[in-house]
This record gives sequence, structure tokens and C-alpha cells, in this order.
Amino acid sequence: MSDPTITPALIADHGLSVEEFDKIKSILGREPTYAELGVFSVMWSEHCSYKNSIVLLKTLPREGSCMLAKAGEENAGVVDWGNGLAVVFKIESHNHPSAVEPYQGAATGVGGILRDIFTMGARPIAVLDSLRFGDPNNPRVRYLVDGVVRGVGDYGNCFGVPNIGGETIFEEAYTGNPLVNAMAIGIVRTDKIAKAAASLTGAPVMIIGSKTGRDGIHGATFASEELSEKSEGRRPQVQIGDPFTEKLLLEATLEMIDADLLVGIQDMGAAGITCSCSETAFRGGKGIHIDTARVPVRELGMTPYEILLSESQERMLAIVRPGCQGDVERICQKWQLEAAPIGVVTDSGRFTVDHDGKRQVDIPADSLALGGRVPQYKRAERRPEYLDQLAAFDPLTLPVPNDCGEALKRLLASPNLADKTWVYRQYDQSVRTGTAVGPGMDAGVVRIRKTNTALAAVIDGNGRYCYLNPRRGAQVAVAEAARNLVCVGARPLAVTNCLNFGNPHKPEMYYQFAECVRGMGDACRAFGTPVTGGNVSFYNEDPSRAVFPTPTIGMIGKIEDLALITTADFKEAGDGVALVGATKNELGGSEYLKVIHNAVAGSVPALEFEAELRVQRFVANAIRSGWIRSAHDCSDGGLAVTLFESCLGPDDRLWGLDADLSSGNGNLRPDALLFGEIQSRIVISFELDARERLQAAAASDGVPFWFLGRVASHDRFRLHPYIDESIGGLRAAHLNAFPALMDEVKAATAA
Amino acid sequence: MRVGVVTFPGSNCDYDAYAAFRHVLDYPVEFLWHGDADLHNVDCVILPGGFAFGDYLRAGAIARFSPVMRSVIAFAETGGLVWGICNGFQVLLEAGLLPGAMRRNASMRFACQWVRIKVESTQTPFLLGCRKGQILRMPIAHAEGNYFADEDVLDELEDSGRVVLRYVRADGTPDPRANPNGSRRNIAGIINAQGNVLGMMPHPERAVERILGSDDGLAMFHSLVGAGVVASGVPTQTVKPVERRAQV
Repeated sequence: MSDPTITPALIADHGLSVEEFDKIKSILGREPTYAELGVFSVMWSEHCSYKNSIVLLKTLPREGSCMLAKAGEENAGVVDWGNGLAVVFKIESHNHPSAVEPYQGAATGVGGILRDIFTMGARPIAVLDSLRFGDPNNPRVRYLVDGVVRGVGDYGNCFGVPNIGGETIFEEAYTGNPLVNAMAIGIVRTDKIAKAAASLTGAPVMIIGSKTGRDGIHGATFASEELSEKSEGRRPQVQIGDPFTEKLLLEATLEMIDADLLVGIQDMGAAGITCSCSETAFRGGKGIHIDTARVPVRELGMTPYEILLSESQERMLAIVRPGCQGDVERICQKWQLEAAPIGVVTDSGRFTVDHDGKRQVDIPADSLALGGRVPQYKRAERRPEYLDQLAAFDPLTLPVPNDCGEALKRLLASPNLADKTWVYRQYDQSVRTGTAVGPGMDAGVVRIRKTNTALAAVIDGNGRYCYLNPRRGAQVAVAEAARNLVCVGARPLAVTNCLNFGNPHKPEMYYQFAECVRGMGDACRAFGTPVTGGNVSFYNEDPSRAVFPTPTIGMIGKIEDLALITTADFKEAGDGVALVGATKNELGGSEYLKVIHNAVAGSVPALEFEAELRVQRFVANAIRSGWIRSAHDCSDGGLAVTLFESCLGPDDRLWGLDADLSSGNGNLRPDALLFGEIQSRIVISFELDARERLQAAAASDGVPFWFLGRVASHDRFRLHPYIDESIGGLRAAHLNAFPALMDEVKAATAA
Repeated sequence: MRVGVVTFPGSNCDYDAYAAFRHVLDYPVEFLWHGDADLHNVDCVILPGGFAFGDYLRAGAIARFSPVMRSVIAFAETGGLVWGICNGFQVLLEAGLLPGAMRRNASMRFACQWVRIKVESTQTPFLLGCRKGQILRMPIAHAEGNYFADEDVLDELEDSGRVVLRYVRADGTPDPRANPNGSRRNIAGIINAQGNVLGMMPHPERAVERILGSDDGLAMFHSLVGAGVVASGVPTQTVKPVERRAQV
């Protein structure tokens, strides 16, 4: 079979512009071969090259005393943990594949991010997931939810990593284009961190793991275009995951790294062999030569083009120490994995590929790799007009609900605030026996074995806020993540992010992106949490609309003493309950506005970094001093929802609450008081005799402290004078709403 | 007493079981390899949770043919202690060391949650240190834990006191609401006729420290370690043997 002729149409099909094609010709000094066109196409796709985002991403704070590798230098961020340990973590999106084939799309999203972690020598200790879908009353959306949750679950469950937290959010903007972001965290001894660099000339290059098939060819390119009616035809570009093989690959990889058999190693994700070879060669300042005919394949007749671009899962590229090839083969045999030598590290600085004695590819590695000569663009920005229109909406002109208890019940049963046990019950949360706090809390916590420390992690986004005010929305997302970590007793350390946006060629979309990056930078600088890396996902649009601009923040923190681990639930009847932080007349962008008044509008809650930090420091100190028994971030759904959530103990225990909101409320509107999502607030509970100490400390720290009332053992949830409901009744509404929605899927599938 | 934990390709709770002995009880324990028929003179073999051989075909269906399993079957038949947890229970069923079979959970979904199980009998070294009627709280995490056997097999298991662990509510009632997977008669764990082989779906090794949410599982580990003195002469039968059934 001869290669197709390279025509303008073929170039366009490869997602390359005329200018980019000219640049390719000038780099090569000739016309590219068909295989080379494919290589450039994937390596210059947004997914691999970050060509439309890197200029702005470089403005993020990327330095910090805790960091062991610079952002982008390795496959994932590396943070010093102390005790000779390092934490490796990263987020990645798998939005487009999940839109077309939810189960495999989500599963391979988890698989991909896990490989990013263990390719560095780190053993994954936790995953988190951030999922966004359209209105769950739409059956297609429920089909996506069902498939994505199964995919996330099945992959991680079989691999053997606990899911310790996440979010599942529903907004119409995600109907055609769901967001599936997965975060993984691993731990490694600092002297065992593996490099993704081919830094030794003459070192054999091996491919390890699954055979290479025709799945996922051009997956990276697919991820870099808008979804359309044609996307269904992209189904074959969705990779197929095999978590069992991934588990074997994990064990083999760690064993090889531990035995010091490798010069470098990189997982194969997007753009498979092409990406791993060119990036490791570039990082090592070397070249790599391979022979695609030596790659173990699943089917006969695969062309070099297909082999180079395949995104078959569960594969690694290993740069082996000379003389250690036999040991690598022995370990792979032990774990029943293929290991084939396919090439060698060269001095040429070029990525060269032969097939059956014929040269197929000969490209300077630096022209393919991020940080090298890949194109970089700063796109045009234009402030979208809708921003001012929506911000002009004044929620305080809306009527106050007659029955705030009923409004609370409706909020608790709304898809975003309803109990999500249905989701995370499908995820193994406790494998590896490290999970101290699992999903559904402010942040997940895993203890680090053989130390007295624990790692806290959270994944958090707020597309609606970012839609209404991109810069502040992104600031709030970071602030909330940090606050969540503080609530469980952790000190925020570092950030990874997943930036989900529309088409960057549209100036309004690029404006949203640029503003969110600026907001994230503002907040990360304020909190001293460097951005260690992440992932950009553009083109999240279907023909009808773009998704809300959604930066997903993954943040990790350190708990210095296991005794400091704190949870959101009340602990004893009679304990005092207080709100730390100021309450204002703010309702913009709230869940309440959407659910009760059907409005996505208004001004995003204000955020002042100094006030936020004061609140966080106060609560951190109170936890360290042993003064408080629970802490819960007060944000989504506002104060009433937050207090309700603190009434939910482990093992189905329910607390009552006697709170008096009639005085000290600054004459706020009842709905703003109960449901406004005012930032920089935390609900705490404490033994009553700690009240004075806490109040005094708050006064001296300049932190507003509002004593609300007491935890009760009765069945009433009282926020006098607005709400007096049965806690059991509220909990039933909260608990049953989501399964009731999703069970319709079962009924529909059965029918 | 020497304890060995088997690692199959795809086992992922092998280290958790190991850690319960090694790090929590400070008790010696070693790993056994699926491809090695030598049991290294251990007195107790643990078949851990996970997805041995990817659970391809059926959970445990391929693992039972491992070289180590040939030895485990012979070992069990001569009274050696064998403890299958989760995937390990599935392997025991496939290997014919325990009767019955596992079906997909009634929900047709993976389920990870806390459950309560009641100790129905202590006539096995794995539960010797527990009280009859004691309720233990620990996690489950499986997609195929819906225990099934013919009614007459179930009757025989019940009559001979071999249903040793049952899903119950906090007050001890084994009603459908306490049943997380549709298991027949709320069965969470059964033993063989001699009491030296236990299969259970819940994960006691995940409930050995307060920080993990429960340390109820320790009672089982203590039972086992304490049983070391009678390791080779398993407590004599108050249970009557049942003839082994063909697979369902």
C-alpha cells in the first residue's frame, strides 16, 4: 500500500494550517513524508504542544521551595514531602473521548493519568475525579454519567488505587461536551525519581507493555477540535483501556526503576511512540532512532504511520542502561508483559524512523517537543458582551421565598448539591489501607505510611462563576481548594490544573481562557501554592455552544500530624457551632439562584485574599490548638446547606441543630444569609468551653466570628427564625434525589 | 504460626493483608508467588483481594489454575488454614474448596461501602477470638459478591454452622436493607466442613486501625494469630462435614 499524496485537504485533515505546513517544510528543508505529516500533526496538536496556551501558562507562579521539578520538566509535578519522600501529582482531561464513548473515554483518562505518575517511579496512592455533565433529566446525559462513572470506577478499582474525592456537576453548558478530569497522586523516594530523558547515547530503546494496535490513532488531534455531528465517527479514535495490564505495568515499571535498570522512561499516552520518543530525546539533548517493524503489533499490515500514531494504552518507552536489557526482559516476563527493543539513543538530535529498511521519518526532535521549536501563539482576546449583561442582573430584586425550609429541601435535592454516594460507591475508596477521609468531604486524606503525616487532596472547579466572571471565578476556585484543605487540617502546598475551554481561535473564548489563567495566577501567588503542571483542553464545544470556562484546580496539602485530621461533621450534642468569616448580601452565581429562580446571573461573590488568608489561618491554628472538632467550608449552597452537611455523621448518624440567625446577621436578606455563596467562610464546631478562647483569638486575628448555636441530638434542623425542619426529612430528600434520577437509566436500559 | 499472602497478577490487596500482619500486629508474614508451587512451610495461606488475572472469564476462574493453587488445594485438604478475602473468596469457589458461586451484585454495579457483619459461629480459627453474635464493621469493595448456591446447599451450610458471617443492620437483623449485593440469605462468609477454609467478601484487612474508620477487623487477625498453637490441629469439628458440591 502506497502512502497517500499530500494535498491541502490532507494537511487540513491533519489539523495543520498552511503556515504551519510551510514551517514544517522549512524545518525539514523538503516536503514531509506521509508519516512525518502524521508526526507533526499530533505533536503540534494543542493536546501535545500547548501551542495556544503555553505563553500564558508561563505567567503562572511555578516556583516554590517545596518543588523538586519545575512545571513541565517532567510528566507530573514533584513536591518534596520530607522524610526522604516526594509526592507526584497531576490532572488530565479526557473530555472528547468521553463525549463519544463514555466508558472507555473515562477509563483511559484514569489510566493515562496513573501512568504519568508511575512513569516517574511513584506508586499511585490516590485518584480524584471532576466530572461535568448537562442536565441529568436528559437521557443522553444520564447515559454519559453512567458510562463515565463506570469507566472511572472500573479502571481505578482493578488497578487498585483509592478514589478519595471529586465533584460531579451538572450545567446545561456541558450537555454535548462533558468534562472528565482525573487527578492522580503518587509517592516516591526522592532517590528513586525516574527521569523522562534519553540522556545516554547508545542506550537501547524498548517498548514495554501492550502490543500496538490501530486504536486511538489521532486521538490527540481529535482532542484538539470541536465536537460535531461527525464526532460519532471518531469512535475508533477512542482508546481501549485494560487496567489489569496497567497494574502489571505498574509493578514491572517500579521494579525496573528500583533495580536502576533505566536511563529514562516515559509513558505512552497521546501520540504514543511519537510523543514519547521525541520528548525523551529532546529532554536528553539526544536523538532517537527506531524501527517500527520491530514494534510488537496486534494486527498484520500496520503501516509506520499507524504504528507511530497509535494510542494503544498500557505501554511504556524505556531507555535502558546498556547491559541491562536482559534484566528488563526478565522483569517483564515475570509480569507477563511484552518487552521489545525497537531502537537506540543517538547523538543526532533527531527522531528517525525506519521501516523495512526504508527511512520514514527524519525530524529534529526539538521541532516536535514542548519547550523546543513547536509553534506558539498568543491569540486575539475580546471581552464577551454577555459578561456585562449578566453581571448587571441584581438578584436582590427577586422575591424572598415564603418558605425557606422548603427552598432548602429543593436545594438539597438538586443535582449539584444532592448526595453523590451513588457515584462514589462505585469507586474503591479504601484499597491500600491509607484512606483516612474519603469522598464526599471537604478534601480526601490518605496517610503516608511509616510517617506520622497525611496527604490531603482536593479537586475543585466552578464553571458557573468563571462564566460570569472568568478572573474572579478562577480565583475563587483556587481559594476554595485551599480552604477545603485547611478544613481537614492540612497546609496547602501546590497546585495542578486542568483548563477546559472552548475554541481558542474565537477571541471571546480566548479571553475567558486568558482571564482564568490570570485569576489562577493571582490566587496561587496569594496562597503561596505554585502550579506544578497540568493539562489544557480547548475546543470543548458542540455545534450549539461552548462549555462554561472551567479551570479545574487540583491542590494537595500536608497534614503534619495524624491527630490533626479534621472532618466536616459535628461530633457531640451540645457542642457550639460558629461561622468564621463575614457574611454579605451576595447571591450572584449561586446554586440557589439557579434552582429556585432559574437564573445563572449576577455578580460572582467577592474574594479578598487577605481576608481569606486570615480565615484560613485562624481555622488552621484552631485545629492545631485542638480547639475545634469540625470544620466545613461554607460555599456551594451557602450557610444552610453547609450546616446541614455538618449534621451528617459517619455511619448514617444524623445530628440536630439549634441555631439562632436572628441576631448578628447584619440585617441581611434571609435568602442571602441562608443560601448566598459568600466566600472566605468556614463553619466550625467546638466544645462549649472553647468558645471564649476562639472568640478572643478571632477578635485578635481580625476574623469575624458568629456564634450560631449548638449541636443537638434531636431530629430538628433549626435555623431560627427561618428554618425548622426534620433533619431526617432533609436527609431523605438529599440522599434519595440522585439515585432516583439515575435509576431511570436502569429502567431505560432494561426496557 | 507462619503466614503467607499469595500474589497473583492483578492482586491489589495483597500488600494490605501483608501490612495488617507486618505493620499493625508486628507479626511475621511473607509473600507467596502465584507461579511458585512451594508454600514455604506456612501454616496459613491468604488469598487476597484484587482482580487476579484481570478477573477475565469469571472472577477467580483463571487464578485457580495457578501452580500455587494446586498446592493450596492440597494444603487445605490436609487441614491447612486458607483465608480467601474478596477476590480470594471467588478463587476458593472456583477452586472448589468452598461450595457455591458469585454473581454480579444485584445493583449490577461495583459497590464500595461500609457494612456490618455478624459472627454467626466461632467454630473456625479465623473467628475463635470473636464472640458469637458479635457485629463487625468493615468495608466491602466488589462487583461480584452476590453469593449464590442451591437452596439445599444453603440449608446444609446453615444446618452445619458454616455460614459464619452475615450482613446485618446495626441491631443485628439480617434484612434486605443490610444486604449490599443481593447475596443469598445475606451471606458474607462461609467455611468448609472442617473449618480450616474461610471465604468472605468484606475486607477485614481494611479495618485494622481507627484512622481507617474501624479496627473491628483486628478481632479476626488476633483470632488467627492466637490460633497458632492449634495450627495443625484445627479445632475439632462440632460442625458436620458436607459433601462438596459441583459448581453452580
